[in-house]
Amino acid sequence: MILLILLGVPLVAAAALGFIGDRRLAPEINIIGSAATCAAGFDLAFQVYEHGPMMAGGKFFFVDAFNVYLAVLTSFVSMTTAVFSRRYMRREREHGRVGHVGMRFYHAMFQLFIFAMLLCLLTNNIGVLWIAMELATLSTVLLVSLYRTPTAIEAAWKYFILCGVGISLALFGTVLLYFAAEKVLGEGGDALLWTNLSQVTGQLEPTVLSLAFVFLMVGYGTKVGLVPLHNWLPDAHSEGPTPISAVLSGLLLNIALYALVRCKVLVDGSTHTHHAGNIMMGFGLLSILVAAFSLLRQKDIKRMFSYSSIEHMGIATFAFGLGGPIATFGALLHMLVHSLAKSAIFFTVGHASQMHRTQEMDKIQGLIRGNPLVGWGLMFGVMAIVGMPPFGIFTSEFLILTATIKDAPLMTPFLLLGLGVAFAALFRKVQPMVAGEVPSNQRSMKVSHLPVLFHMLLVLVVGLYLPDFLSRWFHTAVEVLK
Amino acid sequence: MDLQTAAQINSFLAAFVLLTAFGMLAQKRISSLIHLFAWQGFLLSVNTAIVGYLANKHHLYISSVLTLSLKVVLLPYILHVLVVRLKIRREVETLVNIPMTMLIGLALVIFSYHLTAPVRELSTLITRSTLAIALATVMIGLLMMITRKHAVTQIIGFLALENGLFFAATSATYGMPLVVELGVALDVLIAAFIFGIFFFHIHTTFDSLNVEQMARLKEED
Amino acid sequence: MSMSPLVIEALQVALLIGGAPLFIGWVRMLKCWTQNRSSASIFQPYRDLAKLLSKDVVLAGNASWIFRFTPYLVFGTVILAGAVVPMLYLKLPLAPSADVIVLVGLFSIARFFTALAGMDIGTAFGGMGSSREMLVASLAEPAMLMAIFTVSLANRSTSLSHIAGVIYSGQSLFKPSLSFAFIAYILITLAETGRIPVDNPSTHLELTMLHEAMILEYSGRHLALIEWAGMMKLFIFMALGSALFFPMGIASVDDPLMIVIAGAVLLLKLAASAVVLVLIETGLAKMRLFRLTEFLGSAFLMATLGMLSFFILE
Repeated sequence: MILLILLGVPLVAAAALGFIGDRRLAPEINIIGSAATCAAGFDLAFQVYEHGPMMAGGKFFFVDAFNVYLAVLTSFVSMTTAVFSRRYMRREREHGRVGHVGMRFYHAMFQLFIFAMLLCLLTNNIGVLWIAMELATLSTVLLVSLYRTPTAIEAAWKYFILCGVGISLALFGTVLLYFAAEKVLGEGGDALLWTNLSQVTGQLEPTVLSLAFVFLMVGYGTKVGLVPLHNWLPDAHSEGPTPISAVLSGLLLNIALYALVRCKVLVDGSTHTHHAGNIMMGFGLLSILVAAFSLLRQKDIKRMFSYSSIEHMGIATFAFGLGGPIATFGALLHMLVHSLAKSAIFFTVGHASQMHRTQEMDKIQGLIRGNPLVGWGLMFGVMAIVGMPPFGIFTSEFLILTATIKDAPLMTPFLLLGLGVAFAALFRKVQPMVAGEVPSNQRSMKVSHLPVLFHMLLVLVVGLYLPDFLSRWFHTAVEVLK
Repeated sequence: MDLQTAAQINSFLAAFVLLTAFGMLAQKRISSLIHLFAWQGFLLSVNTAIVGYLANKHHLYISSVLTLSLKVVLLPYILHVLVVRLKIRREVETLVNIPMTMLIGLALVIFSYHLTAPVRELSTLITRSTLAIALATVMIGLLMMITRKHAVTQIIGFLALENGLFFAATSATYGMPLVVELGVALDVLIAAFIFGIFFFHIHTTFDSLNVEQMARLKEED
Repeated sequence: MSMSPLVIEALQVALLIGGAPLFIGWVRMLKCWTQNRSSASIFQPYRDLAKLLSKDVVLAGNASWIFRFTPYLVFGTVILAGAVVPMLYLKLPLAPSADVIVLVGLFSIARFFTALAGMDIGTAFGGMGSSREMLVASLAEPAMLMAIFTVSLANRSTSLSHIAGVIYSGQSLFKPSLSFAFIAYILITLAETGRIPVDNPSTHLELTMLHEAMILEYSGRHLALIEWAGMMKLFIFMALGSALFFPMGIASVDDPLMIVIAGAVLLLKLAASAVVLVLIETGLAKMRLFRLTEFLGSAFLMATLGMLSFFILE
């Protein structure tokens, strides 16, 4: 029932917003829809917390500790993004960057995107997971090209083509998975249900599963933005509207990683080796290093933070690949705090670039003097994202680093190098932007306070003390992923 | 029709699917490409129906009809309308010359053959040997997307790749569950509308559909 | 009652030498009809050959022995090739001496010497013809070998008699690999025998001719031999095609009646294949020389696809 609300609300809201179009109340309806979704998400989480994993809709949906926390995160961040986008998009509208059609489209697709992500998380069927993932891509493609500038169209085309191809390979992997499952579970839809598959992993054919994993890794890895499949990511994140960058960075990458991890569990159970984990570690480490060094060269502020997203997804992928309770715990935590911190950063970045009407970092200055919330928000956001204590990312990175030193000591220097370079690069770039005098091209404007404050507060709380329910929750999720 | 003949027809159709894939790789004229794509879809649809008969799986008839309507009628029609509206006739020069692409294509076929070897050994289905062809079709679609610089050809490559995936599902497992097949078809349909919109956007912004012009977003030093 | 295999062999060679001009006459006649022209007699090629044979040979002053030797060599190799292909009888006595690969080799010897002879006199046309001919050869031969390998793989032997025998017994006809190889074979035949769209046998336009340019300096009986060999080459390619892909009708026992029937079936098949050839020639225009790479490339591709589908699907 609650699942129906959780998935139904965004779908209905999408239809309604598509129908309403660019009227006065559209942003408010967008917020109310997301808030309702968020409430349903919390309720679902509460139920799962109380009663343990549940299945619904004739085994079509399955909720356990792993996906429910991502579902809550997704619905929460999309709600705050909806709040942020109300003011942000109104200003874009005033600046004439978006028209009537664009606004109608924006709101409807935003809700559809949330629906696709939630479906991705909650479905029990690996085939449907794929379909929802593709739907999530398709619903955001035209949002990336919303401004219709040549660069925006180029970015969206790249996003469409590269992710389309990537995810097609994931479908091939899914076909192979079904092939192996069919032998054990018989034909029909049941053979693609994760709950059924996870019970019989030992009987699945290892050679086929390792082959399938290669395709799944490349496919979903493209969506996670792992190097060298990351080409679309900086473009898509930097050219679209900022709220979209926030949800792409904060949520969609998580979802893709979620899909990958789900598949990895199956493959590990079948092969009894660490091959899948090794592949993930390799991709993860490469992403961390390449992204960290790319950070140094960026001029566009949104582009820079999208490289930072690649880096953090690399860290999470690396940690999942490493396996073991500590690393997995760290990775789960990392997904949570990165998502919160990165979307907060994108909110401030959106305001900052609106204040200066440019995304070039050279032309952005004096943010703290100009608008303390934006300036300090960006400053603290960056402090959080580079892993300074007391923020949550410090905790998760510390856990992952500890696990690395224990299980894969040879990787530690590379991991540290990546983290160090990213730290230096981000600080070097951000410091001039927040400090200094207010430049002449900056204009003051009203900003959305709540989303930024809320996110940063959560990241801080998680860093200072991990609430008991959250840590128990993660422990349950770690059990699921073992 | 006995099983033996059906299996033979199946492998014949597989061979012709591969032939259409190579045909697309060689073809430069966009209208011919669309025809080839429609033919490929038709072969797949017939093949699916035959496999449905072979394996006595009725849901395959549904996917066969779905393929027929989507990939033989609707998508080629949409592409055709777009091509006429946007007045596209010829492909711009390819990135790699055609004979070279062909050779790479052949290498990809061999590669797919080896890649699918474990599946072939484990499978008991009559159609198992066509899986290599299916993967080859996927790879060739990918190759086409990489080597072509025209937006429409890239999309046709993408759709051919999708055809290969569908073919893979039919030959490795007698088709995915119906709900998945339907969902995939829906996604393809949405993708079709999106690329249709895209063609217009690209055309109005860049004045042509040559995607090489889209090279502004690079890492600058 | 049975015939000695040697007699059958002799009969086949006689049929080849005597039938080739008739076959060409038939092709030319068909071509005239499709183009709405009134045709010369079907026996015209014989008259042409007789006329050439009765004329004197005019030799350039600097012609070397290669130039004089080539016509005989070409004629001889083609006859040898014709003696190996099972046209009338599956178990020809000469058949074990050569398989398909040798057959391709025989043709390339003939081609090699023709090219040398083309350059021997030192005229511009001869050299140009030779270079073009070698271009075609360098592309057609790999494709030819590939097609033949495919057929050999499908029938587990490179011996022509064995291949024909396997298909004859109905074991393998309806196969993707063979149909691809067949398409490739048709394309290669067009190239190897100098037909449209690769070459135009009835033109002496300097820009378009390939084979004719090479033999421009020949006259008299030399020219007659070379022309005759060219006719036989077309004959052999057609007969080889029917032996490889449609061997029905070739006698498998040495009964004279069967041999006669085999001869009649062969003539029918040749007559039919001429129709196909003429339809192709009428339907297509001659290609630019530079597009030949694509044409023969696709022949190679077809043959390779045939081979791959043999491995993958069979």
